[in-house]
Amino acid sequence: MSANNDTIGKTITVTVLLCVVCSVIVSAAAVLLKPKQIANKDQDRKSNILAAAGISDSGKTVDELFAQITTKYVDLETGKFTTEVPAKYDAKKAAKDPVLGKALPKEVDIASIKYQAKVMPVYMVEKDGKLEKLILPVHGYGLWSTLYGFLALEGDLNTVVGFGFYSHAETPGLGGEVDNPNWKSLWPGKEVYPQGSMKPVLGLIKGTVDPANANAKHQVDGLAGATLTANGVTNLVQFWMGANGYAPFLSNLKAGGA
Amino acid sequence: MSQAKEVLSNPVFKNNPIGLQILGVCSALAVTSNLNTAMVMTMAVIAVTAFSNLFVSIIRNHIPGNVRIICQMTIIASLVIVVDQILKAFAYDVSKQLSVFVGLIITNCIVMGRAEAFAMKNPPGISFMDGIGNGLGYGVVLIFVGFLRELFGAGKLFGYEVLPLVNDGGWYLGNGLMLLPPSAFFIIGMFIWLVRTFHKDQVEAPEFELAKNTKKEAV
Repeated sequence: MSANNDTIGKTITVTVLLCVVCSVIVSAAAVLLKPKQIANKDQDRKSNILAAAGISDSGKTVDELFAQITTKYVDLETGKFTTEVPAKYDAKKAAKDPVLGKALPKEVDIASIKYQAKVMPVYMVEKDGKLEKLILPVHGYGLWSTLYGFLALEGDLNTVVGFGFYSHAETPGLGGEVDNPNWKSLWPGKEVYPQGSMKPVLGLIKGTVDPANANAKHQVDGLAGATLTANGVTNLVQFWMGANGYAPFLSNLKAGGA
Repeated sequence: MSQAKEVLSNPVFKNNPIGLQILGVCSALAVTSNLNTAMVMTMAVIAVTAFSNLFVSIIRNHIPGNVRIICQMTIIASLVIVVDQILKAFAYDVSKQLSVFVGLIITNCIVMGRAEAFAMKNPPGISFMDGIGNGLGYGVVLIFVGFLRELFGAGKLFGYEVLPLVNDGGWYLGNGLMLLPPSAFFIIGMFIWLVRTFHKDQVEAPEFELAKNTKKEAV
């Protein structure tokens, strides 16, 4: 480092050159790799949807399997399908948008998500024109983080096919047990609503479910040592399946008028 | 060439950045819950230290002394972003697990410490080697910690079952502490102890002697 490096002229030249070179490299990397990253994200989302619906076939790629799923958009307020969604609609971003989302008042916001998108994507598996599985994105706050997942229902719109989270940051070994395959296997067959009502009752209980219990089909084992995460999961299921979530849509769908 | 070998191998045990210099401990706690993330993080850090050392060294004679830290940071930050982008494109799952910690390589003291202490004074080739060596030194600890944490915490290595867990019908009850970041403190502590039993010169002189307890006050 010779002394003349410290003149104002040299300092400015070197820093400007360095910044230009670095920014070119960074933007080149970002632009060149963008398509691949988007494809990865998309693939990840698709495989999570497939996992929730319990669709798997090692012989087929994710894209091939996803071909049987139709994506539709639902206006949560009216509970009807809508086609008025911007291209590349992202419900997570839309939630905080002044037009596409809305702030939730505290008394209804049991899942502590604060903002909710007005339109949510839903994923449907249809066979011979009949709805076989319906996969609904859900999210809510646990102990440390927002849990994002998918809840898959059978054609009767009440029985759970599968449930899983694709993104959360709960304590590994405690709240992180929401990823445990054994626990996840407790969900299929459970029912969200009691007979003749659209008020969700499905939730986690403390300890293990007694199969002789009359309510056993609405209860899932709690997570030992993770009461707050378990409460969060119960809240997010009941919020999204309730009147501020998909309940209006599900009633319409049942009546055949969505 | 012997100098190259020395700068490459020295940081691994003799002058380990985590073990002796106690740098970069924060990320060593966060990314070592399994071997997969530890390995990828190691490679990312090696790439960043090596190339930041190389580029800093190339322009070392032109960097103005007053803004040298900022210049180094610019280079390091750019490299980290590039590495992060590459991971997102080619190793999406792992990059999701590493999340913010790839970005935090920028603040990893090892990278800037080496750029400032070594690359500013040495030619590019040897600086590059020094970068690889220090990245490796960091990686050795990461992999050592990751190995123990994944094996005893989750009963797995690289995601493959080694000790079948009670939860899945096996016999091994996973040690929950191992899955939590603080366990890395204990393991790094043991690593330092282990290294210092072989390299006695690393043992620091005690800052003060404890006085012998000779006075018997209460009976």
